[in-house]
Amino acid sequence: MLGDAYNYLTDWSNWTGDDGMLTLLTEQLLLTITALAITMLIGLPIALYLGHIGRGGFLAINISNIGRAIPTFAVLVLLSVGFVGTDELGPYGRAGLATLIALVLFALPPIITNGYVGIREVDRDTVEASTGMGMRGRQVFWRVELPLAMPVIMTGVRLALVQVWATATIAALVAGPGLGNVIVSGFYNSNYGKGLAGAFVVAVVAFVLEVLTIGAERLVAPAHQRRNTRVEAPRRTVSATV
Amino acid sequence: MTVLSQAGIAAAAADDTTCYARTTNDWICAAYWKDYQSELVDATTQHLQITVAAVVLGLVIAVPMAVIARRYVPLKGGILGLSTALYTIPSIALFPILVLFTGITMTTVIIGLALYTLTILVRNTLTGLEAVPDDVRESATGLGYGRTRLLLKIEFPLALPVIMAGLRVATVSTVALTTVGVIVSYGGLGQLLADGVQNDFKAEIFAASVLCVALALALDVVLLGMQWLLTPWVRARGA
Repeated sequence: MLGDAYNYLTDWSNWTGDDGMLTLLTEQLLLTITALAITMLIGLPIALYLGHIGRGGFLAINISNIGRAIPTFAVLVLLSVGFVGTDELGPYGRAGLATLIALVLFALPPIITNGYVGIREVDRDTVEASTGMGMRGRQVFWRVELPLAMPVIMTGVRLALVQVWATATIAALVAGPGLGNVIVSGFYNSNYGKGLAGAFVVAVVAFVLEVLTIGAERLVAPAHQRRNTRVEAPRRTVSATV
Repeated sequence: MTVLSQAGIAAAAADDTTCYARTTNDWICAAYWKDYQSELVDATTQHLQITVAAVVLGLVIAVPMAVIARRYVPLKGGILGLSTALYTIPSIALFPILVLFTGITMTTVIIGLALYTLTILVRNTLTGLEAVPDDVRESATGLGYGRTRLLLKIEFPLALPVIMAGLRVATVSTVALTTVGVIVSYGGLGQLLADGVQNDFKAEIFAASVLCVALALALDVVLLGMQWLLTPWVRARGA
């Protein structure tokens, strides 16, 4: 089986063409980036504002726990068989819209929770000191809270990215786009070498994305935290399970 | 492979008068629940079996890992890193990779899911153990408790609420993830979901989704009850 997977991966013809792995990879990366961007545009303003005014914490923190209990696969199935299922969505292929909606739904919890927690866990003395120095609410947010909360917010983005990548792969089970199709068609047709080859590619890209976001996390960390080898997220932040 | 065939044939054979017939295809259909009861029970049973086995296996691996990380501090970073790195691999890719070792079996799904529970279980067990106050530990040592007895009689009981909180989160997310086991033909209720999407069988999709969420809630309540029974001192303090 390992040999079959190796042969599949080293046969260039499996990478090229309309159904080739390069096309599927591009499709899935495009879908992942779009979903992550939409999620950040919707989720971050809400989370950061709630954190700034210190309201809605119960919801912001528990939304992640609720998100975990909902099976990704079931939501994908419900959406694709339901009203958004038949749409063809440009470069995202068949079931593209259903997949995109599911991706955004499952990426929102980590972004909202970490955004909120990040802002709330900024040292209150620091916030008070900046108010005392005459900063207005808006200035406190942009110049004090946001920079200090950046590592935690970025951890949320990283968790969301992992979640989106995984969900986008599962989408192949409901005829969605992307690399999951290699795994699904391999396993459903007893062509296990092909399925395994797809799984390897998905796992490797997941790892690369993780490493890239960890790098981004370090870049945005405030100077005094940058010396640490890795930014430690506070205990209350959640990790996604995919 | 015959992942989807079983239920598919039954779906095609449905007569035209029921609410789950091809032409009607209702989402909510009581007749479906009644006529397909045995199929629903089988899928739910398999789902429960996989989830419970995975969480128990995860706990059996996670607790020693946390104890080691606690005792040998230099290993802590490595153990925590390893247990969190696993979640990066999407489940639908992890199961096929595990097939290399355990084949197309239920064991493959159980091992994969157990690995995912480590992320939360190792961290919470360690947090729970670390939260035991030093003076409590010192008093016990002063009373002549050895390392092992200290761990079993003092540290574990005091860490139990945090460990149980982790166990609840791990269990609930395992229920949701089990559905992806469909890729290796052992997905519990996920089998029904896959069949439903293949045959556009709405009653089946709806029933499987509802049962999946209900199972997660039910297990959460069971664990909450267990925690209540296991920590009588917390109740006494609250009263």
